[in-house]
Amino acid sequence: MIDPVLASRLQFALTTIVHIIFPVMSMGLAPFLIYFTWKDIRSDDPVYEQLRRFWTKIFAVSFVVGTVTGIVLEFEFGTNFAAFSTAAGELFGGPLAIEGMMAFMLEATFLGVFVFGRERVGDALYFVSSIAVGLGTWLSAVWILIANSWMQTPRGFEVVQEGGQRVIHLTDPLAAYANPRFPWMFVHMQNAAVESVALFMAGVGAYYVFRHHIWDYTVVEIGFWEKTMKIGIAALLITAPLQVLHGDAYGRHVAETQPQKFAAMEAVWETDSYVPEYIVAFPTDLQDLTDPRAKELFGLGIPGGASWLASGGDPQAEIRGLNTFETEAPPVALVFWSFRAMVGMGFWFLLLAFWGGYRWWRGQLLEDDLLHKALMGSSLLGILAVQLGWVVTEVGRQPWVIQGVMKTSDGVSPGLTGAEATLTLAGFALVYTLLLVLYTYVIARIVREGPPGNDELETPTPELGPEEPPTVGAGDD
Amino acid sequence: MTEAVAGVLAATPIVASLADGPLFGLPLPELWFALLFAILATFLFLDGFDFGAGAVFATRDDDAERETILAAIGPFWDGNEVWLVVFGGTLFAAFPRVYADLFSRHYLLMFGILGALIVRGLAPEMYEQRHDDAWQRWWGRAFVVGSVLAPFLLGAFVGNWVLGSERSLTLHAVVVGLTVVALTVVSGVAFLRLKSRGALRTDIRQYGEAAVVAYLVLVVASLASLALVSARIRTGVTSLPVLALVGLSVALATGYVMALRRDRDHLALGLSGGLTYGLVAAVALLLYPAIDPASGLTVEAAIISTLPLNLMSIGAAILLPLITSYFIVLYSAFSGPAQPTEGY
Repeated sequence: MIDPVLASRLQFALTTIVHIIFPVMSMGLAPFLIYFTWKDIRSDDPVYEQLRRFWTKIFAVSFVVGTVTGIVLEFEFGTNFAAFSTAAGELFGGPLAIEGMMAFMLEATFLGVFVFGRERVGDALYFVSSIAVGLGTWLSAVWILIANSWMQTPRGFEVVQEGGQRVIHLTDPLAAYANPRFPWMFVHMQNAAVESVALFMAGVGAYYVFRHHIWDYTVVEIGFWEKTMKIGIAALLITAPLQVLHGDAYGRHVAETQPQKFAAMEAVWETDSYVPEYIVAFPTDLQDLTDPRAKELFGLGIPGGASWLASGGDPQAEIRGLNTFETEAPPVALVFWSFRAMVGMGFWFLLLAFWGGYRWWRGQLLEDDLLHKALMGSSLLGILAVQLGWVVTEVGRQPWVIQGVMKTSDGVSPGLTGAEATLTLAGFALVYTLLLVLYTYVIARIVREGPPGNDELETPTPELGPEEPPTVGAGDD
Repeated sequence: MTEAVAGVLAATPIVASLADGPLFGLPLPELWFALLFAILATFLFLDGFDFGAGAVFATRDDDAERETILAAIGPFWDGNEVWLVVFGGTLFAAFPRVYADLFSRHYLLMFGILGALIVRGLAPEMYEQRHDDAWQRWWGRAFVVGSVLAPFLLGAFVGNWVLGSERSLTLHAVVVGLTVVALTVVSGVAFLRLKSRGALRTDIRQYGEAAVVAYLVLVVASLASLALVSARIRTGVTSLPVLALVGLSVALATGYVMALRRDRDHLALGLSGGLTYGLVAAVALLLYPAIDPASGLTVEAAIISTLPLNLMSIGAAILLPLITSYFIVLYSAFSGPAQPTEGY
């Protein structure tokens, strides 16, 4: 049996990290769907109706899976983190309740109209429902991130003893909810969601464009896929640079407000100045696996880089080391590597955006097979980067569930047994694996079927054939 | 920047006055207790009729009829289910200790509910993804199992809550669970009759009639079984308001059968809603003034402090009418019978 604290943490980690995929898809798709709906109503080009219908299918599946996995998260606060819920419910429950009433309701009711109602309601109401759905997904993030940001940089409360229990009372709602962390989290998360969907669109579009223009396969709806790829690249051109810019500012904010997390991100144990920004770092000894920089075997760093990032431009700035904190350090290697992988991907997306933009500008977008392959290979990386970002955020703040106020281990339900927690953890591991497989299968199926409305035109894609192009290559035409 | 804004706003007298006392001197703890159960009842009614539709699904073999059932609930069920999220959120926000105690005490039951809801939510979406027999047979089964198991376990949870039971699945909880399943079939039949024509519509009337009789029997059995083990509930059951609710339920059930026979489907659905709100009202009456009998917590003791309570009250006063308007838009956009070709 796993210890109930560890099992609860693993369970929450598992259920959150799977759940986040679906809101990322729905939040990221929202602005695209509003745009497609608007163009569908206003323009004569049938491709927009196809785009709207195709991406609405993907949105609907994502939303359903997001709903069922989201209810799980809400309930887990009560089932697994009862001590946290009791102590902090007054501050934390409010945003969750308002999220349900303000955002989730808006999204779920108008989704019914949006998915099923094109023939039943007028253009105006239909367009309004696309906005309502999109607004709902974004407002959901607002309230969830208000709750989460309060845990990262808690404000506006007092801790009192009530009947032998520590209870947190709200004293200043504006300080608590207009939290300093919130804007950074929100901007970074929303932009990441749109960027992830842009990558997915560009990747899926590139797959068909590649088959059609490079491999000379017959793809009947090639106009649709070209459009999809272009829209994806266009959105990437906007979101990828922004993500790097505010990611940098967000990092600085973390360094100021959660120095322990920042030290874990950089694996800094001893307080030091002129700290390098390590791109990679490996320990000499396998026993030190949890500390990438222990007696460095190999490290590649930019001198003064971490100090420069933390202070916003001063390579000499001091970074407080993990050893100076009273509480034990979070799992350093996990935070260190997740952060590097996320940032690395962020720069890769930026490169992809410029690459795609440049080819487009030169009129070579349809011929660059290497770009197509890069886009295909990157289509799911945006979502992965978001997950890694959440690992940095949530693992990095350990051992605190509320930074500096309450430890995660003190937040777990007191009556929970190891057997119960292990049983549900195993159950969720199974169910969520199946969920992921099913979701991937269904999305892949929707993508394979292509845009709706032209079933009779659809040429079946060839059976899984040789890796080599069946006809002349790109260079020959 | 946000800190500066917050500083300016915090200095305003409105925020300061919100911490002084309850909004307009209202009895907010009792209002939130009532609101909590109103939300639970709304969930049980709205998601209840699509759970019931899922149970009816099991009795239909015809593909077109099955598609009609799915098309009937398609636009609605997601919105309906959000009431459960709002219920959880409201319990968490207004009575965090109860939320924490209750959910962690019935740990495995809660995960059973979540599992059933996952299966239930996924099944219709999956059913429509592929049109081959084996796939649809299995997802059809999953849809039925989820539709029956979810209300059963929710009922069991509420039964335990009222009884103040420590254990996950007591006999009393099972009886209450079955009661809720019967109730979902009652409203599911009324809903599907509104949404269908032909054989489906005429055939299911008998299920509705059987379910409403079963429901009445099970309500009495539930009350009796709970009263047998708890003196507190014995007193509650014999009190006038609860007896009045039982009487009302018999009248509503009779009306329901008559409405079905005269093809007054809207009325039948409304009456099944009355039964649902009546059942949940009885639960609230049996609990009050406690909100969690197992820990002896009363409504007054479990409520959060004044400032956040006032804020939540303002939020709910603005949002609940808005939500109602969304549902009116949704239900009027999809009024009338559903076609098997509609939907996913």
